[in-house]
Amino acid sequence: MNPLTQLCEAALFAASRPLTVEELATLDPETTPADVRAALEELREHYDFGQHGVELVELAGGYQILSRPVHAAAIERAQFSVRANRLTPAALETLAVIAYRQPVGRAEIEEIRGVSAGGVLRSLQERGLIEVVGRSEGLGRPLLYGTSPLFLELLGLRDLADLPKAEELTIALQPHRPEAQGPDDAEAYVPAES
Amino acid sequence: MTARPPAPPTVALGAEPRFVVQLETFSGPLDLLLHLLREEQIEIADIPIARICDQFLQAIHDLGLNQAADYLEMASRLVRLKVQLLLPRSVDDDGWEDPRAELVRRLLEYQQIREIAQWMGSAAERRAERLARGYLPPAPELPPPPLVLDVLALLQAVDRVIAGIPLPVLHRVVARPLDVEGAQRRIEALLESRAEFGWLDALGPDATIADLLSVLLALLELARRGALQLRQPAPFAPMVIVRESAHPVV
Repeated sequence: MNPLTQLCEAALFAASRPLTVEELATLDPETTPADVRAALEELREHYDFGQHGVELVELAGGYQILSRPVHAAAIERAQFSVRANRLTPAALETLAVIAYRQPVGRAEIEEIRGVSAGGVLRSLQERGLIEVVGRSEGLGRPLLYGTSPLFLELLGLRDLADLPKAEELTIALQPHRPEAQGPDDAEAYVPAES
Repeated sequence: MTARPPAPPTVALGAEPRFVVQLETFSGPLDLLLHLLREEQIEIADIPIARICDQFLQAIHDLGLNQAADYLEMASRLVRLKVQLLLPRSVDDDGWEDPRAELVRRLLEYQQIREIAQWMGSAAERRAERLARGYLPPAPELPPPPLVLDVLALLQAVDRVIAGIPLPVLHRVVARPLDVEGAQRRIEALLESRAEFGWLDALGPDATIADLLSVLLALLELARRGALQLRQPAPFAPMVIVRESAHPVV
């Protein structure tokens, strides 16, 4: 392995969060981001072709060394590590609204979900998945929320562009009819850009 | 989109059906509405409001959701829509808008959010299968070991700390110099010998402000007990003390 690849591996091993290419480039003053990218590619191949128990994963704008899914069950059974708590449907719906509408205020979230959102917003904020990104110009200058880097980390996304595109979603209330209807019946629903 | 089984009301053990339990089943009134439409195999765009409204009301009743403001708000919306659709309208009314349009828009929007939420839920599940290194708390910043200690430096540090401690602010508690009982005894003695006297007579020579207050309190106390009467012959005149004949001093 290239010395820079080894250095990146050591840094990624030592860090407890994803590191960006720019951050890794500060390891060595002689290094450019392009060198780091090449080194990361070598590291990824090393893990993949060498059949290692870990892999290099790109998420939340950076890179992290994570164990492979196949080992998760055994590691958890031995209680060496625990997986993140599952999000409730209410939390997921709220996150979905915020991810697509950010910056978005509480009133809009409640309007879309049809339920009050105060408690869910507080717990999402406590978990660090959303953050206050500003205040609306509207009456009372309500807080506006956006998703945090931790949100991307939790979902294993590189960035927000990894979320499904709104127009790719099939939107139609498809009842389970015995006489199967063609897919043409599914109305494509594209929300107005807000 | 997962088909939801017809949700049987979950009942907490030994308790009446509780709303809290139902929250697990439906994440809100729009969710319940979508569930009803799916059960009835109805297209969102063509909701038979009257029927769905009745079913919604029945459902919040059955599920014990009627404590939840969010559900009641949707119920009242549906009732309003039902009324609006029942009202007659003129045939040539071009400006008529389907009052259901807003509800349909919200349902579609919510449906989309549900779909995204599901996608995100499974993304989080996949991510949770990959474990990162355990969290290590950042090490506190300490001088490199071994810690070299100089006894003199340590004593100086102790001195600095002690010098920094502010002197405690003490409050001096002074015994109350009022002697109400003594003044009372003096007044009683006076009452025995004289039926009437000026209140300054009750003051001894060289009276201090404390003595004066003691006498005042004693006089008030004795007046309260009915041993004497306090009279003031004219405004601002000195107080005259009169023995209460009905209550001879014991």
